Amino acid sequence: MNIFVCVKQVPDTETKVTPNGDGTFIETSSIKWIMNPYDEFAVEQALLLKAANAGSTVTVVRVGSTQDTEALRTALAMGADEAILVEGDDNLDSYMIAKAIKGGIEKSGKTPDIIFTGKQAIDDDCLQVPQLLAQMLDMPSVSVVVGFDHADGKTTLKREVEGGALEVYEVTNPVLVACNKGLNTPRYASLPGIMKAKRKPLQNLSLADVGVSADDRRVKYSNFQLPPEKPPGKKYDAMDEGKQAEVVAEVVQLLRNEAKVI
Amino acid sequence: MSKILVFTETTDDNVKSVTLEILGRLSGQEVDVACIGNLPEAGAKALAEHGAANIHKITGSGLEQYSPEGYSKALKSVIDNGGYDYVMAGSTSLGKDLLPRLAGSLDAGMASEVTNFTMDGGNFAGTRPLFAGKVLAKVEIQGPKPHFVTVRPNALGMPESANGAAGTVNEVSADVGEIKAAIKEIVKGASEKVDLTEANIIISGGRAMKNAENFKILEDCANVIGATVGASRAAVDSGFAPHAMQVGQTGKTVAPSLYIACGISGAIQHLAGMRTSKVIVAVNTDPDAPIFTKADYGIVGDLFQIVPLLTEEFKKMM
Repeated sequence: MNIFVCVKQVPDTETKVTPNGDGTFIETSSIKWIMNPYDEFAVEQALLLKAANAGSTVTVVRVGSTQDTEALRTALAMGADEAILVEGDDNLDSYMIAKAIKGGIEKSGKTPDIIFTGKQAIDDDCLQVPQLLAQMLDMPSVSVVVGFDHADGKTTLKREVEGGALEVYEVTNPVLVACNKGLNTPRYASLPGIMKAKRKPLQNLSLADVGVSADDRRVKYSNFQLPPEKPPGKKYDAMDEGKQAEVVAEVVQLLRNEAKVI
Repeated sequence: MSKILVFTETTDDNVKSVTLEILGRLSGQEVDVACIGNLPEAGAKALAEHGAANIHKITGSGLEQYSPEGYSKALKSVIDNGGYDYVMAGSTSLGKDLLPRLAGSLDAGMASEVTNFTMDGGNFAGTRPLFAGKVLAKVEIQGPKPHFVTVRPNALGMPESANGAAGTVNEVSADVGEIKAAIKEIVKGASEKVDLTEANIIISGGRAMKNAENFKILEDCANVIGATVGASRAAVDSGFAPHAMQVGQTGKTVAPSLYIACGISGAIQHLAGMRTSKVIVAVNTDPDAPIFTKADYGIVGDLFQIVPLLTEEFKKMM
């Protein structure tokens, strides 16, 4: 099987994010980059599928800048076989990224049987690339996947929707699967894995190589700013048991009469 | 003036309220609505009252249940004949999955999950949170039309007044052909309540809940005020609650009218997911917990004592 995984590199969740000088993007100079957390589930599922299907290869694809290649190195160290990096800015829009990934997959010379992605990237939070890529490749997609089962070329997928309900999809490959937390437990890269990763093939492509140009931009961002700070609220000390009933009664009154939310 | 198609999802007896929030912002534009499958009478009435000129009610074989392929083909058939400048929908589970595919089938751009927007001169300009709400940015769309937009539920608020329109229902039959990824079964969730992303009131528990059983005190309180129960990442990672309940950067981003955080310290990634809540109440024993910097009403106290008191006090009021 030809298994593909798409990964993105994003700022660490604990990183403080601030707008850059002219408000066109965020300040990226001091950011710690990590593999998008949802992509770890995608890599893990790809490796599990490979282990169950002898002769399979896992190719990991990333579009982004090369200042740090943490995400691709992590995926290779976890056990992916080869990597494709399409170099581009970190603020490409979803349409450009999907088109670039499609181009990267085509350049690999392999026809995908299954493509794994995270359900969303936690930087721009658009949740568009999986569905766009599937549409561009004329392939079905199932997103927010928390259950995966593969047998005889058929894949059964559980998609989580409102209230924790699950939609169970049955699909014949090829299919794109956008993974959610809960699908599996991603492995850590072992030391031998990290050493081996250095010798695995990495193909470098430019946006031009995959047919993406500035004309493909669909979404334009400006005025990056910090959200407005709230004025300080009211704070009550209720550690003392004697005061608790009084404090709670007051807060509930305020919720009704001042905030008008109850 | 622009011509806009709003896709609505329906409930058992109405349309989802995010649709009416969107319609409220489209006053002065030419607005049609599309739905797939059954449209409850109250829903059709609400759509007309909120300014829908035409309501395209699409049915056909393969549309009995949701599928990204089937629904996007069905809507494309309406869009192809409609000359729309924009297509909008709520950023729900279904909306988030469907609209990118539909936009892709038209090579068109899309702004995801905006929390505010204007239509000055018929042109869309939106505001959306990025990096889970750590920053906000202005978003505009370019390239082939129609342009696509999803709107976060509860973010715009319900319109105070509405300009009615005809609300003429057009029955449309669509032939969507073969669907490669189809639903064969739906497994109900543990909760029959409104989902976190659409909830008006949320009460969440953190690591201080200590175990899964203790979430019952939050459930009890939630039942009194019609809230949905959430959890912090710490509580989910400790196995106290399923991931479907997680609020924060790697969980759900929420914007309820009232958010009650119990035993949640307020890590950056949690604050990012709930900071746009209109009113925040925090209960924590640590007076220096970061959650208090975002709280409108902070109670420094033990949640196991405070939450039952809250429940009693709410009961008196309801």
